[in-house]
Amino acid sequence: MRRRSVLTTVGLYVVLVAGSVVFVYPFLWMIATSLRSLAGVGSSGASVVPHEFLWDNYRRAVTSFPFWRYTLNSALTTLIPIVGTVFSCSLAGFAFARLRVRYSGLVFGVVLATMLLPGEVTMVPQFMLFNNLGMIDTLYPLILPAFFGSPFFIFLFRQFFARMPSELADAAVVDGCGWFKTFWLVYLPLARPAVVAVSILLFMGYWNNFLGPAIYINSDQWKTLPLALAGFQSVNGTDTPLLMATSLLITLPCLVLFFAAQKHITQGITFTGGK
Amino acid sequence: MNPTIGWIRDLAASWGVPTALVPLVPFLLVLIVLYAVIGLAAYGARKRWPRADKTIAFWLFISPWLIGFAIFTVGPMISSIYVSLTSWDLLTPPQFVGLANYSEAFQDPKVLQALKVTLLYGVISVPLQTVLAFVVALLLNSELPGMRLFRTIWYLPSLVSGVAQMVLFLWVFNPQYGLANDVLAKIGIAGPAWFNDAAWALPTVILMSLWTVGGAMVIYLAGLKDVPPNLYEAAAIDGAGPLRMFWHVTMPQMSPIILFNALTGIIGSLQIFTQGFIANGGPKDSLLFFVYYLYDNAFKNFRMGYASALAWILFAVILALTAVTLRGSAFAVYYETELATKRRKK
Repeated sequence: MRRRSVLTTVGLYVVLVAGSVVFVYPFLWMIATSLRSLAGVGSSGASVVPHEFLWDNYRRAVTSFPFWRYTLNSALTTLIPIVGTVFSCSLAGFAFARLRVRYSGLVFGVVLATMLLPGEVTMVPQFMLFNNLGMIDTLYPLILPAFFGSPFFIFLFRQFFARMPSELADAAVVDGCGWFKTFWLVYLPLARPAVVAVSILLFMGYWNNFLGPAIYINSDQWKTLPLALAGFQSVNGTDTPLLMATSLLITLPCLVLFFAAQKHITQGITFTGGK
Repeated sequence: MNPTIGWIRDLAASWGVPTALVPLVPFLLVLIVLYAVIGLAAYGARKRWPRADKTIAFWLFISPWLIGFAIFTVGPMISSIYVSLTSWDLLTPPQFVGLANYSEAFQDPKVLQALKVTLLYGVISVPLQTVLAFVVALLLNSELPGMRLFRTIWYLPSLVSGVAQMVLFLWVFNPQYGLANDVLAKIGIAGPAWFNDAAWALPTVILMSLWTVGGAMVIYLAGLKDVPPNLYEAAAIDGAGPLRMFWHVTMPQMSPIILFNALTGIIGSLQIFTQGFIANGGPKDSLLFFVYYLYDNAFKNFRMGYASALAWILFAVILALTAVTLRGSAFAVYYETELATKRRKK
């Protein structure tokens, strides 16, 4: 590394600190506001200094609407799809990486091409499909499609498996393992970093999904947290502390996951960088 | 609901299947039958061609995706073409109307407004996000102490996404009590009405989108760490200064990553929905994003035919923008393989 002058270093830190303050400020303001009274919000303006600690806002957040019910719905439509996506995509990714047979390249091209297709094109007919199945206003439309693979994650798993030595597969097959056993007992355990990274990315995506629930869910009992928050916003639009407390609670699982698995997230995002 | 499916459901319910699981029964039944057929076919194929086990395994392994592709992508796409040629409210049978939905769409002032708002959002926000994320990544790519902390701080806002982010920023940009206008007032500027002003609403959403550039920044940072150091050493020996190194080493190495992110960014930006939904389309339709208008037509007004036509128009716009981006970037993006093939030709 070339030497930097002291002036450049100081300048760099000044820019970074200033930028960080701008970036983190709304977040701190969100936390401070969630602990204020309504009167306190009016008088504090941009300040993030916590003058009051009204933890009661959080109690109200979990009691003023069926918070736990929505959390359960959100958890169901997040955790089950993660399992489904990881299973179906790792299976297909393994096939594209290790089972090179006639037409497999062509099929993989089709997988890649579907990445360009916006979900909105199939949104209306998919709604009609689930309508025919009698699944409108249930959680199933938000869960079932995950078990049928998603092109982006098939691509990620293929890249990961392709980088693993192919001798592993040959050895396992010679030992009398079938292909599925080879995948399940040899490759998938070795792909743990990819599985963890993909699961975290999927968690953030499914947990915050809004369009899906907005289409399929009408009745109160099946609402997920983001959908409930959107409805809450239009009803309680003026109760800022309550809204901020609820928003923070909804974001909390993502924050916890981030701090618990920071390394995996960076790794996962790196996978997706198109390298 | 389809009558056969209704019949299966009634049967399942009368057998004591829990109510919450009843909708699943017909679907599972179809899937079980499908996999029974696939399993039999695979077994038969294995008996007949014992050496083709790899081929059979391949098709079995991708069968979940293949089935999903058929029932959630190809099937809906084909039916979407047909539905876009009909007038259908889901209650009465669809009426074939030819291209009427498309000609209506091209005359609908709201479609024009939706296209304008969505394209403006994409064309302005994606370059801004790309530049900001890349510059921040460059700044954070030094070996100085504290960089990890800065990285965490810049990434943190990306975790507050979707509805929660919009709810927060409706208050940050609240004209009376908001954070933004209070800060502006302190330096003597009377802030605008942000989301409540038709002229300011879209710029406000764009500004808000810059808050979550952390995700792209992390990608760029990983890319910068991957640039082979010997390239910089070689450039230094050739007498290149920091600016030339940036232009002739960093940029060519990073260009494929930047292109990939810009491309996914453009596709994603055209699909923006949540912000428009929460703001109810904004004052004077200033946040009438295309997908929001499509959603409104399909699931509020139940105009399935019209909504399907809108979906195909969106698809055409996305394809066109992708093609333009790829074309426009062809000269500026450097791929490692290009050099390899050139060398081989020599």
